[in-house]
Amino acid sequence: MIFLQLFSSFFKIGLFTIGGGYAMLALIRQEIVRHGWLSPQEFVDIVGIAEMTPGPIAVNAATFVGFRTAGFWGALTATAAVALPSLISVIIVSYVWEKYKSSTTVQNMFSGIRPIVVGLVGAAALMVGTATFAVLDSVSHVFWTILLAGLTFYGVAFKKWDPIKLILATALAGLLVFR
Amino acid sequence: MIEKLRGYWKLFTVFFRIGLFTFGGGFAMMPLIEREVVEVHGWAKQDEILDIFALAQSVPGAIGINTAVFVGLRLHGLLGAVAALIGVITPSVIIILIIAQLFSQFQSNLHLTRAFSGVKAAVIGLIAAAALRAARGAISDRFGLLVAAFAFVLSAAGIISVVWVMVIGGLSGILYYRQRGESK
Repeated sequence: MIFLQLFSSFFKIGLFTIGGGYAMLALIRQEIVRHGWLSPQEFVDIVGIAEMTPGPIAVNAATFVGFRTAGFWGALTATAAVALPSLISVIIVSYVWEKYKSSTTVQNMFSGIRPIVVGLVGAAALMVGTATFAVLDSVSHVFWTILLAGLTFYGVAFKKWDPIKLILATALAGLLVFR
Repeated sequence: MIEKLRGYWKLFTVFFRIGLFTFGGGFAMMPLIEREVVEVHGWAKQDEILDIFALAQSVPGAIGINTAVFVGLRLHGLLGAVAALIGVITPSVIIILIIAQLFSQFQSNLHLTRAFSGVKAAVIGLIAAAALRAARGAISDRFGLLVAAFAFVLSAAGIISVVWVMVIGGLSGILYYRQRGESK
């Protein structure tokens, strides 16, 4: 039963995605190729598309694969399955957090965890930056990427520029300058 | 009843907006969420949103979805969580459903590729800004700086899983601040 398979595969993908992002790609690939839902080439294509479209990569992959294998209801099944572990795990953790967050030990624990988040996000910036610059093939593209990245960083880190407007502006700028 | 429905609808629309403009994964989403949730709507305080980000990264599920569920749950309980969750994933579902049918045209569209090159640059800036903004609230002493550097190196080198880095950070926080005899 295809719906059941979609559900169990994408539930598993959602459940084992911790820390987000690119670590889960290997798991998605394994599940998709194992069932023969997409060819390895199609998987590479969907990763490219997931990067170019908004939303979590897991959701993009789930919707795409679900639609390809079982149409609209397949897309909904796979998407619901990949999101369900979030709902369950956050409800449990949130309950525990609200209950204990005023205790000194938990406060101290978070004082250690918050800097970790800084380090992880910083590392993500480095990795995404490296991956982006690695595929640029002209001096002008490098120049514009540095300029747009720098402006966005300045506006969001030091001014109160709206990130959404910045994304729209950089898309427009990209249309004009990336030739 | 109407009041409640209005609350769910608000959560749905705010997270729909966030989902629509999230490129490059959960980290790039942090400044968007911070702006909407803390600055525009006042649903959480600055330091609370940092803890929510930390928790969202430590539990199963995509970071963006987890954060939406956290905020929705705090604000309006289970149904609020569901409203925020559906809001944050609906834009990608709609867009992917369209793309799945126009697959080949989409891939070779030059305009889209160019526009996306601009967005990719913005994503680098957004993630770097998220790191700096988080640092302001999270690092208050040398210990914090050391822990952040430790996480940066381990994560950039890709040696161990994020979960273990978080566990080490939490334990070291407990040990360090207990030994200092202060609660932070």
